[in-house]
Amino acid sequence: MAATEHPVLQTHDLTIRFGGHVAVDCVSCAFRAGTLTAIVGPNGAGKTTYFNLISGQLKASSGRVALFGEDITSLGPAQRTRRGVGRAFQLTNLFPRLTVLENVRLAVQARAGAGKNLFSMWRSHVELIEQAEHYLHRVALSDKRAVTAAALSHGDQRKLEVAVLLALEPAVFMLDEPTAGMSVDEVPVVLELIQHIKQQEEKTILLVEHKMDVVRSLADRIVVLHQGELVADGAPEEVIASPIVQEAYLGRGAGREARDA
Amino acid sequence: MIRSLLSADPPGSRLLAASLLAVLVGLALAPFVFPGARSLDVAARVAVFVLLAASYDLLLGYTGIVSFAHTMFFGIGGYGIGIAAASWGSGWGSLAAGSLAALACSAAIAFAVGLLSLRVRAIFFAMITLAVAAFFQILASQMSWLTGGEDGLNFNLPSVLSPGTKLVAAPVLGIDLNGRVLSYYLVFGCALALFLVLLRIVNSPFGRVLLAIRENEFRAEALGYRTVVYRTVANCLGALAATCAGLLYALWLRYTGPATTLSFDIMIDILLMVVIGGMGTMYGAVLGATIFVLAESYLRDLLRLASDATHGVPLLPALLHPDRWLLWLGVLFVVCVYYFPHGIVGRLRARRP
Repeated sequence: MAATEHPVLQTHDLTIRFGGHVAVDCVSCAFRAGTLTAIVGPNGAGKTTYFNLISGQLKASSGRVALFGEDITSLGPAQRTRRGVGRAFQLTNLFPRLTVLENVRLAVQARAGAGKNLFSMWRSHVELIEQAEHYLHRVALSDKRAVTAAALSHGDQRKLEVAVLLALEPAVFMLDEPTAGMSVDEVPVVLELIQHIKQQEEKTILLVEHKMDVVRSLADRIVVLHQGELVADGAPEEVIASPIVQEAYLGRGAGREARDA
Repeated sequence: MIRSLLSADPPGSRLLAASLLAVLVGLALAPFVFPGARSLDVAARVAVFVLLAASYDLLLGYTGIVSFAHTMFFGIGGYGIGIAAASWGSGWGSLAAGSLAALACSAAIAFAVGLLSLRVRAIFFAMITLAVAAFFQILASQMSWLTGGEDGLNFNLPSVLSPGTKLVAAPVLGIDLNGRVLSYYLVFGCALALFLVLLRIVNSPFGRVLLAIRENEFRAEALGYRTVVYRTVANCLGALAATCAGLLYALWLRYTGPATTLSFDIMIDILLMVVIGGMGTMYGAVLGATIFVLAESYLRDLLRLASDATHGVPLLPALLHPDRWLLWLGVLFVVCVYYFPHGIVGRLRARRP
């Protein structure tokens, strides 16, 4: 079977240097379908930079990224998205003055490849609007469809960010701290969604997350980055228990965990 | 039918709809309602500048591209007709060839400028367009064997468009239907049709991507839109529409020169029309251009009346002297921008209940 020959996503010795600083240092890692991998590490460990290298916002100094066994290192972010690398951002990254529905509809339209259509009315592409409403419904934002993204609360903006990612229907979901800054009662909605994506759609999910309880409940596997290097990789209990992680990360992470709980 | 013509983008305010209808009816009936060479000339200029401002709004208001080369494309249209008519004679064939050459030339320049420089930050793009426009202006004035230099080109049009040609022997509704009236309707019809095409483009799926790029280019790229391609296409479309406006203007004036098409003053005028009317609305271009051209044409007369009426009052007649019209035009714009930061259309739409 072709699907098992190659992992969905793979990085080979992926490295990026900013001047003398090596932000991501020779990270090789493979991600298989149907698994949720949590990427953890202290602030400045290179997690978001690693994400940017995979989704194409940054160009690697050396190393390769492969999607379904195919080298995508030379492609830009737009081309990677169209091949199935979907990304939600850590800092909310929306179209502020467009409506909530339009934010999602633009993602649906991008996937449908309808953007090159110059002479039809966007309002007459009813199927795109209906699909967008469907994704909004999934994150429980349907009643806010007509307000602008800028007018949403921070938690709702995070949910909209997830809806946009769902609308791209990617093969690889990359979530960068999806629950950051959310109020306690909003967090379960997003976690349930992630759980849902994982169970029903056999998708590959990469999750950067600080909250260890979230990581424990969702992750099939944990990858630990420290100063740009991959220092641990394995099943959650194993990784959390390993001395190197206790020392390098969880010593500091324990305080954070207590605060988040 | 109307919904489809307006691309499902209704004015969205009764007052705005009424103003737009007034402009449309006024322009459509101009030869009959406002007889006289001068008012017909004003009406034709309104039609041309509505199209020119709308094409600039596509770039500035919808895509967030700040270009100072828009008059260059306007000028390419004017010189396309001018040079063709002056060197190959006044037949329809030479006009068509000149128009096609101008459109091809504009598209090529817009494509090259766009592809080479739309990757850089907005301010650098604006500087590059400024440099290219200045270069083109110098080129047009230096190559006088072709362009007539600073004097420009006077040329003849096919005889059916000349003022001496009577289309109908007897006057209709008190007006001679001569070639001038036909020219006017040619200009008006083309401008209206092209405006509706631009309105359709900004309301197409493509147009929505332009809005997305204006709002957050980084995000648009991450959704899978190759923003450089979209921006380059928008740049070319804006340039082509401006070239069409230039073609129509040259047809109307039967003259092309640096002052009427390439000058930097016109660039500022277009910018003001779009900003005063309301960026990113298309309808703003209609109101902005109409108000601007009317003010430019009739403010002097209005001031003359006011100056005469206040005769005897100290200071006022001097302030309202017709020669001060530019001052009052400036005041008008400062007031507009101050009170309508989102333009006239933005203001009217905000009143909607």
